[in-house]
Amino acid sequence: MIEEAKTPMKALETRELTLAYGDAKVIDNLSMHIPKGKITVFIGSNGSGKSTLLRALARLMKPSRGAVVLDGQEIATMPTKLVARKLAILPQGPIAPEGLTVLQLVKQGRYPYQHWLKQWSEEDEIMVMRALQATNMEAFAERTVDSLSGGQRQRAWIAMTLAQGTSTILLDEPTTYLDMAHQIEVLDLLFDLNAKEQRTIVMVLHDINLACRYAHHIVAIKDKTVYASGKPEEIVNCELIRHVFGMDCTVMADPLFGTPLCIPLGKGRCVAEGNRVHAAAPR
Amino acid sequence: MNKYVRFRSKSAGFSFLVDRKALAATCILAMLTLALLVASAGIGTMRLSPLEVLKVLIGMGEETNATVVLEFRLPRILTAMLVGAELAAAGAIMQGIIRNPLASPDIVGVTGGASVAAVAFITMFETASVVWLPPFALIGALAVTLLIYVLAWKSGVTSMRLVLIGVGIGAAMSALTTLCVVMAPVNLTGKAVIWLTGTVYGANWKDVLALLCWMLVFMPLALVYGRAVNAHQLGDDVAFGIGDPVQRNRFILLFICAALAGSAVALGGAIGFVALIAPHIARKLVGPAIGGLLPASAFIGALMVMFADLVGRTAFAPLDVPAGVFTAAVGAPFFIYLLYKHRNQ
Repeated sequence: MIEEAKTPMKALETRELTLAYGDAKVIDNLSMHIPKGKITVFIGSNGSGKSTLLRALARLMKPSRGAVVLDGQEIATMPTKLVARKLAILPQGPIAPEGLTVLQLVKQGRYPYQHWLKQWSEEDEIMVMRALQATNMEAFAERTVDSLSGGQRQRAWIAMTLAQGTSTILLDEPTTYLDMAHQIEVLDLLFDLNAKEQRTIVMVLHDINLACRYAHHIVAIKDKTVYASGKPEEIVNCELIRHVFGMDCTVMADPLFGTPLCIPLGKGRCVAEGNRVHAAAPR
Repeated sequence: MNKYVRFRSKSAGFSFLVDRKALAATCILAMLTLALLVASAGIGTMRLSPLEVLKVLIGMGEETNATVVLEFRLPRILTAMLVGAELAAAGAIMQGIIRNPLASPDIVGVTGGASVAAVAFITMFETASVVWLPPFALIGALAVTLLIYVLAWKSGVTSMRLVLIGVGIGAAMSALTTLCVVMAPVNLTGKAVIWLTGTVYGANWKDVLALLCWMLVFMPLALVYGRAVNAHQLGDDVAFGIGDPVQRNRFILLFICAALAGSAVALGGAIGFVALIAPHIARKLVGPAIGGLLPASAFIGALMVMFADLVGRTAFAPLDVPAGVFTAAVGAPFFIYLLYKHRNQ
């Protein structure tokens, strides 16, 4: 475990958290925290429990032991509406009903501030417009969600979470099913939201290289607990990848960004001059 | 934003955003309903012009006309209207909370519960007064809904379990209903089958009043909790994430749904297809947001049952064919036509 030297402000915290499906433990006795105002990315192999942990942080899953703490208060004891004003979650691959317009979807982000008589206050309108603006979706407000491309659709959903006006946003694999251009589009948007508005962003990503490029803080999950956490450039190396993903690789600095770039070893065509030894290194 | 109208008052503390298209569609549907009501009240063995019907309605008609319209036709037409509206609203809610376009109270067993109770009543308590039939059917609907909910419970109720258990219970209920019909003496079988088809024959002002009171409680409640339907349509995780107490509201909505559908079939019999199809037609007109969908569905359901009853009452006169025969016969082709028309969109 690599701990950061000085403890930054905590957006979210787990205390001796144990998560289980029936008798099968997924996360065991985990105490960790999410730094405030930073982008945190969970990485780990399939079935490592990173999505489960994210769901528990968003109170979508009840811990079998321990607690999740938001702003110094146990999340399980807080009214769900109150939590929804502080923390937004975008689950993996959400589906909007056919015919729902982008505006109607984004408007749902105002749910925790509304009641049956008050469904479109001035503040609601301002927040929804601002969310559409931030995600560059203003032109699509009247379009139905099902008529959008994958990247636009994901931006519409992110706009909904923005309209919630929370300081923390959790996203479960926001780039799944998107092609590379759309992945970058979504991640750039989240990066901007963090940089301009200091929102805490926590997400699960499968692409280690994109995780290293966008995250201030990486949490690698392995064996029902956190294997390592910290700045990508400090913790991501061959050894970590081998332990967390069971894969051999070379890690170098990204030629453009300088962040760790992970190149998996294994088979494949090799057309590089004089570098064959490296690519064919024994496992 | 010019496609929407804002209704906002700071002093009264309310604010709504209404889709112009949905508002216009609902107004047109309301006018159509009124027109069909007037036309229908004039059609029958004794024909009256819409003008004569209107005269009667404002208390200036001839006495014989007034008797025909007010005593015989209007209670029946209004019952058909209210029954249709309730069924369609129940269907719209159920499709929203179950997130399945095939969900409706008649498919997930709610109506089945009413059917068993009603048919058991008809065939077993031959001598009992018919005024007890509606409460019996309503209790049947509510009890079976509760049973479905309890059986679907597994640290919370998911929509998938709800619909699967509902379909199972629905099949069991229909088997029980058949058993009751088969075991009954022949003279009661016909009565039971007519109830199962669904008819508003013989409806009186007391029925209208009872339905109206019931609706005045549950329709506003449905609109109040409609917000939650909008949330549930996005999936349990999103709904919970934006602050909806999903389990609590799902139970309340299911209860509202059972109360609406249960009271409708209690007085109209097991009229099929309306709860399934009316919300789909409405969705094509006003989209899936419940604030527009609920009223539009209710009017379409009202139109469907009123029209079906008009056809049943007049087309084969003097034979009175149950409205339930025509809701499917008229509704299904119309729905297929709608799908066909929109096939390229």
